[in-house]
Amino acid sequence: MIHVESLTKYYHDLCAVDQINFDIQKGEIVGLLGPNGAGKTTTLRMLTGFLRPTSGSIRVKDYDIDKYPLEIKKLIGYLPESAPLYHDMLVYDYLNYVADIRELDGGRKKSRIHQLADLCGINEIMHQPIGVCSKGYKQRVGLAHAMMNDPEILILDEPTAGLDPNQIAEIREIIRRIGKEKTIIISTHILSEAEAACNRVIIINQGKIVADGGIETLRQSAGGEYLINISLKNAGFEAAESELRSIDGINRVNKVVGEEGEEILHLRLTCRSSADLREEIYQRVKPTDWILLELHQETQSLEKVFQELTKES
Amino acid sequence: MRQVKHIFIKEFRSYFASPIAYIVISIFLLVTGWFFFTTFFLFSQAGLRNFFTLLPVIFPFVVPAITMRLFSEELNIGSYEILLTMPVTFTDVVLGKFLASVAFIAAMLIPTISYPVTISFLGQLDWGPVVGGYIGAVLLGAAFSAIGLFASSLTRNQIIAFIIGVAICFGLTLIDKMLFFLPRSLLGFFGYLGADFHFQNISKGVIDSRDILYFLSVSFIGLYGAHLVMQEKR
Repeated sequence: MIHVESLTKYYHDLCAVDQINFDIQKGEIVGLLGPNGAGKTTTLRMLTGFLRPTSGSIRVKDYDIDKYPLEIKKLIGYLPESAPLYHDMLVYDYLNYVADIRELDGGRKKSRIHQLADLCGINEIMHQPIGVCSKGYKQRVGLAHAMMNDPEILILDEPTAGLDPNQIAEIREIIRRIGKEKTIIISTHILSEAEAACNRVIIINQGKIVADGGIETLRQSAGGEYLINISLKNAGFEAAESELRSIDGINRVNKVVGEEGEEILHLRLTCRSSADLREEIYQRVKPTDWILLELHQETQSLEKVFQELTKES
Repeated sequence: MRQVKHIFIKEFRSYFASPIAYIVISIFLLVTGWFFFTTFFLFSQAGLRNFFTLLPVIFPFVVPAITMRLFSEELNIGSYEILLTMPVTFTDVVLGKFLASVAFIAAMLIPTISYPVTISFLGQLDWGPVVGGYIGAVLLGAAFSAIGLFASSLTRNQIIAFIIGVAICFGLTLIDKMLFFLPRSLLGFFGYLGADFHFQNISKGVIDSRDILYFLSVSFIGLYGAHLVMQEKR
C-alpha cells in the first residue's frame, strides 16, 4: 500500500529524517513512535505531499508522489498536529467546503456530513465558528475532515495530544471503529496509545528507524530482563530464596515488603528473558509444603523498550 | 479547475464573515467620496476624471489590506498544511485566492456607481470614460491583488505582508512620477512600468491592448511569484 525507500529530509543543515525505509500493507494500523523532534511529523508531512523529500521515494498504491501528487492526496485523509482549522468558519460550512474540494456531489455530500457528524460526535457544534470550539471538538472536526471522502489511508498526527482522558478514549474508540477496513498511521509519543490502538509500531529516533514490528516482537527483541511475582504461604525467606536461586535463569530474588505480621511471603524474581520459567518454579515449589498463592509474569512494558531504544547514546 | 471555484467561493465568503471587509469598504468609500466631492463642484465638469485619478493612489493602501490575510493567516494558524494536503494544486490555490480578491475589489467598486449616476442628473455625462475607468480600476485592482498575494505568501505576519504589498504597489504608482531622476535613455522603460500611466490611458476611455497587457503581465508576475514561494516552502 505504502512503500517508502531511503526517505531523507534536510531543513538547511539539520537532518530531520535520515534514510528511512518501510512498507505498510493494506489494513495495518501503524503507530509511529518517537521522542519529540525525532522526525515523526516530518515523515508524515512527506507522506501527505506537504513537504518535498530531499531524497528518496514514496509510492502509494503504485503512484509515485513526484508524478501523481493529486492521486495520492485523493487516497489519503490527513489530520495534522493540533488540527489547525480556519477559525472564523462555521463547522458546517467548513465540512461543506472540504466535501466540495473532495468532489462529493450534492446528495452524497449532505448525507456524508451528517454521517460524520454522528460518528465524530460534533452534531451540537455544527453551527459554531471553529475558533470558539474546545480543543477536543476541534480535533473531532479535524477527524471528520480527514475522513470526508472515506479515504483508504488515514494519517493522524498526534490525534489525542492535549485532550482529557474521556476525549482520548472517545477518539481511540473512533479510530478503532474505522480501523477495521482502513490503513491507518498514527504518530504519537504516548506509548499506551500505540499499545491500545496499533498492531504494528515503528519507532523513530533522531530521524532513523530504530525498531519496526508488532508490539510483541518489539518486547522480545528489546532483550534484558523480565519479572515474575510470586506469593508463598508457610515459607521462610532464606529457604525460598536459596531454592529459587538454584533455578537457572533467575538472576535475583527480592522480598516485597508486605503488611506487618503477614505470613504470606511476596517475592519478586528477576529473570533473564531467554526462557519461560513459570513451569520450573512450580516444579520446585511442589515437593515442599509451601503453598503457591500467586504466580504472575510481568510483561515488559513498551515504555521500557522505548526508553532503551531512544536514549541518548 | 473545479477546485479554483471552490477555493474562490470559500475565500470570497470568508471576506464577508469577518469585519475586515466592511471596514475596508467603508474606509475606501469615505476617502474616495470625500476627496472626489470636495473638489467636484469647483471644476463644474460632469465627469469622473478626478475620481479615477485618485484610485492609483488609494488602491496601493486598500488592496494590500484586502490581500494580506490570504496566505499569511493560513501560514500563521497552520491551515496551510490542511489546504495543501487536500487534492488541490498550487495553481488552484493561487488562482482561487486571486479571483476572490479581484471579486472583492469589484464588489467594493459597485457602490461608487452611484457617483456617475448622481452626476448624470447634474449634467451631460460621457459614459465612455466611465466604463473605461471601471474596467481600468478592476485591472489595476487585479494587478495589485497579485502583488499583495505575493507579499502575503512571503510571511506569516499580516502586518508585514501589508507593508510589503503597499511598498511595491505604491512604488509602481509613483515610478513614472520619479522619471526626472533618471537618464534619458531609461525614461521609456521606466515610464512603461508605471501603473498610473497605463491606468490613466484606460480611464480616458481608450482601451489599448498595451495597457491591458501591462496589467495582465503584472498580475501574472505577482501570481507566479506567489507560486514560486509556495514551491520553495515545501
